[in-house]
Amino acid sequence: MNPFAYHRARDEQDATATAADDGTSFVAGATNLVDLMKLGVKTPGRLVDITRIEGLDRIERTDDGGLRIGTLVTNSDLAADPVVRRDYPVLSRAILAGASGQLRNKATTGGNLLQHPRCPYFQDLAMPCNMREPGSGCAAQGGPMRLHAILGTSAACIAAHPGDMGVAMGVLDAAVETARPGQEGRSLSLEELYRLPGERPDIRTVLEPGEMIRAVVLPPPPGGTHVYRKVRDRASYAFALVSTAVVLRLEDGYIQAGRIALGGVAPRPWRNPHAEEAMTGEPPSEALFDRVANILLAEAVDRSALGRDGAPGFKIDLARRTIRAALWQAVERSEGGAGKTAGEAA
Amino acid sequence: MQTPLKTTLSINGTRHEIEGDARLTLLDALRDHLGLTGSKKGCDHGQCGACTVLLNGRRVNSCLTLLCMHDGDEVTTIEGLGTPDTPSDLQRAFVDRDGMQCGYCTPGQICSATAMIEEIRQGWPSHASEGLEGEVAPTPAEIAERMSGNLCRCGCYPNIVDAIADVIAEEGP
Ligand SMILES: Cc1cc2nc3c(=O)[nH]c(=O)nc-3n(C[C@H](O)[C@H](O)[C@H](O)COP(=O)(O)OP(=O)(O)OC[C@H]3O[C@@H](n4cnc5c(N)ncnc54)[C@H](O)[C@@H]3O)c2cc1C
Ligand code: SF4
Ligand code: FES
Ligand code: FES
Repeated sequence: MNPFAYHRARDEQDATATAADDGTSFVAGATNLVDLMKLGVKTPGRLVDITRIEGLDRIERTDDGGLRIGTLVTNSDLAADPVVRRDYPVLSRAILAGASGQLRNKATTGGNLLQHPRCPYFQDLAMPCNMREPGSGCAAQGGPMRLHAILGTSAACIAAHPGDMGVAMGVLDAAVETARPGQEGRSLSLEELYRLPGERPDIRTVLEPGEMIRAVVLPPPPGGTHVYRKVRDRASYAFALVSTAVVLRLEDGYIQAGRIALGGVAPRPWRNPHAEEAMTGEPPSEALFDRVANILLAEAVDRSALGRDGAPGFKIDLARRTIRAALWQAVERSEGGAGKTAGEAA
Repeated sequence: MQTPLKTTLSINGTRHEIEGDARLTLLDALRDHLGLTGSKKGCDHGQCGACTVLLNGRRVNSCLTLLCMHDGDEVTTIEGLGTPDTPSDLQRAFVDRDGMQCGYCTPGQICSATAMIEEIRQGWPSHASEGLEGEVAPTPAEIAERMSGNLCRCGCYPNIVDAIADVIAEEGP
């Protein structure tokens, strides 16, 4: 690890003002940043520790019946929160499908959203990587990859947002509330928060220097049946190859409203309003769910290759099957009368 | 080099003041500064669980956190859970059930299981739970899922699960 100065922030103002300096990073649960610092991938000259700031570790009801989750709420506490379990089960399920008991005890809400991609070339200083070193190239393309994105990528970078929690927050229309140095904070949807890589994959979000996530705000509970389905290389403690968060309201055999977000396949939790509109007012069917998958994956390109023969990747097919399976799971569960409190294991 | 930082924290019930570089991880502080070598370094990247300790009562990977972030905190390591003469219930159950071969993962397994049993008592659900609400049935599948953050290269998983199940059965919910 490179040497760095350590600053324990007293309050938000102290944190944002200190972190506005070049080469400064916030640190919260430390599970992602310290990992990358050990690898030499991240070399901040100063860390601003936000974990002692008062008031950021609470889960509170908002005036409109939604939920405000402070950035220091750990993944464990959020997944186990009684209100989240009852009203936003897809969020509990997504968090519990990620990492391990130990990591979830440290991982924070903001840190989880801002965790770095698990691209092996990003983590390997010997390899070219535009995210780590702009302009150096992208070692991931054309090679064997499993954790890469197929949507929203660019010629410069195919890294995927690796998290699970954010996929559920995406499907729940969450907004991120920030604090900024010297001016008012702002509210950003996840689509606004995460940049697509374009030519500058090193700039992952729109957050400005010193801008800190204070909380994530969820709108009132959407009702319906919640499903989080994650496909990975081993049964637990592995990142998603593909994941799907679904919230579906089915009445009298017709879909009143369906939402779906994809994880592990794009630089951010991925939604497409056209895919969701296509479900509204329709009865569930193979043809309908094929259409939903087709809309979601219409622009998908797999820039990896499996094996030396350059055989195309597996991800687009896997995503298609996962979308269909998750939607059917939601339908079966709605019909089983389990309703919104189900949130059973995928 | 930066000026060394002083961190005061409680480790296994004893107050310690440790002076070290900001880069010092909690794991390295335990092993190299205090000689508490029970906590093991398997991967140093949060991928194996050998370094698991209890931080303010919760299990965490000590390799992925910095000592300087833990001023005033309480840490319990395997050395603080029991001794050869007075082992904790889990320590005894691991011996009774042969829950180890080389033993390298064992301190992490036992620290992890200690906190995991408490999580079950608190009613925390897991990925393996049928429903998110209500009491947790500590089935082998639940135990395995909840212990997935602790790898064992010797593959002692069945006996580890049995040892933990014994303790849950003895102590009750
Ligand atoms: C072995 C392993 C397996 C894992 N498996 C999974 C998995 O399956 N699913 C999954 O979702 N995750 C997984 N994770 C990732 C884990 O969830 C993240 O490391 C964790 O959520 C990061 O949170 P943190 O608080 O520790 O972040 P930190 O490491 O403290 O910070 C991460 C980044 O966010 C920034 N940051 C933190 N808080 C703020 C804030 N409030 N405002 C602005 N910037 C901030 C930091 O500067 C840093 O860049 C895994 C990690 C490991 C090591
Ligand atoms: S995919 Fe992105 S993160 Fe991975 S090597 Fe290419 S540029 Fe780097
Ligand atoms: S040494 Fe900490 S998880 Fe492996
Ligand atoms: S007993 Fe050898 S690694 Fe678990």
